[in-house]
Amino acid sequence: MYQEVCDNIENLVVEPKVKREEPTTVLKISNLNVNLPNHPILKNINLEVQENKITVLLGPSGCGKTTLLKSINRLTSLTPELKVTGKILIEGEDVLNGRTNIPELRQKMGLLSQRPFPLPFSIYKNIAYGLKLKGVRDKNLIEYNVEKRLREVGLWNEVKDRLNTPASSLSIGQQQRLCLARGLAVKPKIILADEPTSALDPTSSKTIECLLKELKKHYTIILVTHVLRQAVRLADHVVFMYYGEIIEQGEPQELFKHPKTEKLRNYLIDGN
Amino acid sequence: MRKRKNIEEKFFKSLSGLTTYSLIGILLFIIAVVFYKGFNALSFEMIFKPPEGGYYYGGEGGVLNAIAGSVYIAFGATLIAVFIGIPAALFINIYLNRMKKVQNLFRYLLDALWGIPSIVYGAFGFTLMLFMGLNASLLAGIITVSILITPIVVRTFDDVLCNIPKGLIEASFALGSTKTETAFKILIKQGFSGFITALLLSFGRGIGDAASVLFTAGYTDLIPRNLDEPAATLPLAIFFQLSSPIPVVRERAYAAATVLTIIILSISLVARYISGRNTFSNIK
Repeated sequence: MYQEVCDNIENLVVEPKVKREEPTTVLKISNLNVNLPNHPILKNINLEVQENKITVLLGPSGCGKTTLLKSINRLTSLTPELKVTGKILIEGEDVLNGRTNIPELRQKMGLLSQRPFPLPFSIYKNIAYGLKLKGVRDKNLIEYNVEKRLREVGLWNEVKDRLNTPASSLSIGQQQRLCLARGLAVKPKIILADEPTSALDPTSSKTIECLLKELKKHYTIILVTHVLRQAVRLADHVVFMYYGEIIEQGEPQELFKHPKTEKLRNYLIDGN
Repeated sequence: MRKRKNIEEKFFKSLSGLTTYSLIGILLFIIAVVFYKGFNALSFEMIFKPPEGGYYYGGEGGVLNAIAGSVYIAFGATLIAVFIGIPAALFINIYLNRMKKVQNLFRYLLDALWGIPSIVYGAFGFTLMLFMGLNASLLAGIITVSILITPIVVRTFDDVLCNIPKGLIEASFALGSTKTETAFKILIKQGFSGFITALLLSFGRGIGDAASVLFTAGYTDLIPRNLDEPAATLPLAIFFQLSSPIPVVRERAYAAATVLTIIILSISLVARYISGRNTFSNIK
């Protein structure tokens, strides 16, 4: 009963999505440069990310994929040596503009890192944390959300009897799904996934991949990976990066079948 | 070749084993000697009564005045040190992160403060006391000891914060926490065992230090009832009794030492228990 009410309220609050034929750009990056002193990391990045699609950033390790991801939610500001210039627009708001409210901005994006980092709380509190930051105090609403998010990532049946045990007691695959659920709780627009399966076993990886496919119905996903097969399986749009530059981008079928550049061709050969 | 490596392996294993065992051996030996000598003089009276007439010539009474004084001073000073030290450690870690040079300078200064002998703090506390118009009192003792142990709290907790995985901090920020929320909700929880260690180290140093309270807390046979009154302390009780020519009084010094050791051991056990319960949810 309560769930129904909540769902109805949510539908009232969040305007139902109208299906649009034209793809909508959620995120627009133009002329992004990121530099360490004497060492460029990202060079002149221009990128548009479409709504409800999985955009895959593909490339060898150390080519700046993670840095690009971190520039989007401004985690780069944790490393003071990094100089970030350019423009990143999310829903018309400039991320890099100094006046932006960063915590609010970051809640528009959920981060899934290479390794799960559950907060040092119980499973329940891990998900409730983001909601509490948003100022939600209603216990029933929090409880409802915890269940909903855990169901969303397929964790509910596994943990419903031990919501108050520490999150660190979960297996690493479960922890990663918990971190995803935690990110979803603050209702982000975009999910930033930074090689989310690199620390996981094949079964857990597959679960995460299936989840991402499912979640793109409601969210926009930017996925960083160096695994070619994963890119083939998941991507709606592939961006191939090499040493801080975007070399090629486009539809996966087209890009993988007919690579235009030598670099991508070599990468594809090495990957297979 | 293989033989040589085997010998090398055995040699270093026995060397490191030997040093470890002898270290533990010495510690146990110290405790055993103190307890052995102390338990002879230890009695109900020693712990639960302040000195009575002629105590220092072998008369009746005990060291309750010093036990109470020491516990008051150590608790008071630890409390102040925590309230100053924990925010300071968080500040150095979170807010000074953008200024690595200042951060390093602060750490260096705090390390230097940690290394200053406590008699210097005692002398400084004495000057401060005169300047503030205080007498040798519980308050002056607490202030001086808190100055002595605050750097310990800061640096110990700071080290713990440094070892918190960067990914956890990023995760907290990515969820939309501000720096303050990250510091007080996530880092303190994650570093709770380190917080307890910091508390314990500083409490131990505070309760065991003689030089810093020598001029500032004074010494009295009475149990202090408020902050203006002088307070006796266990290290000074040991010092005064041990320097007595009367054998019975010297015996009692060991009883006081036993009490001090037991206090420190039990505080450390409680602290370990608390931090053990709280580190269970931590991520590595």
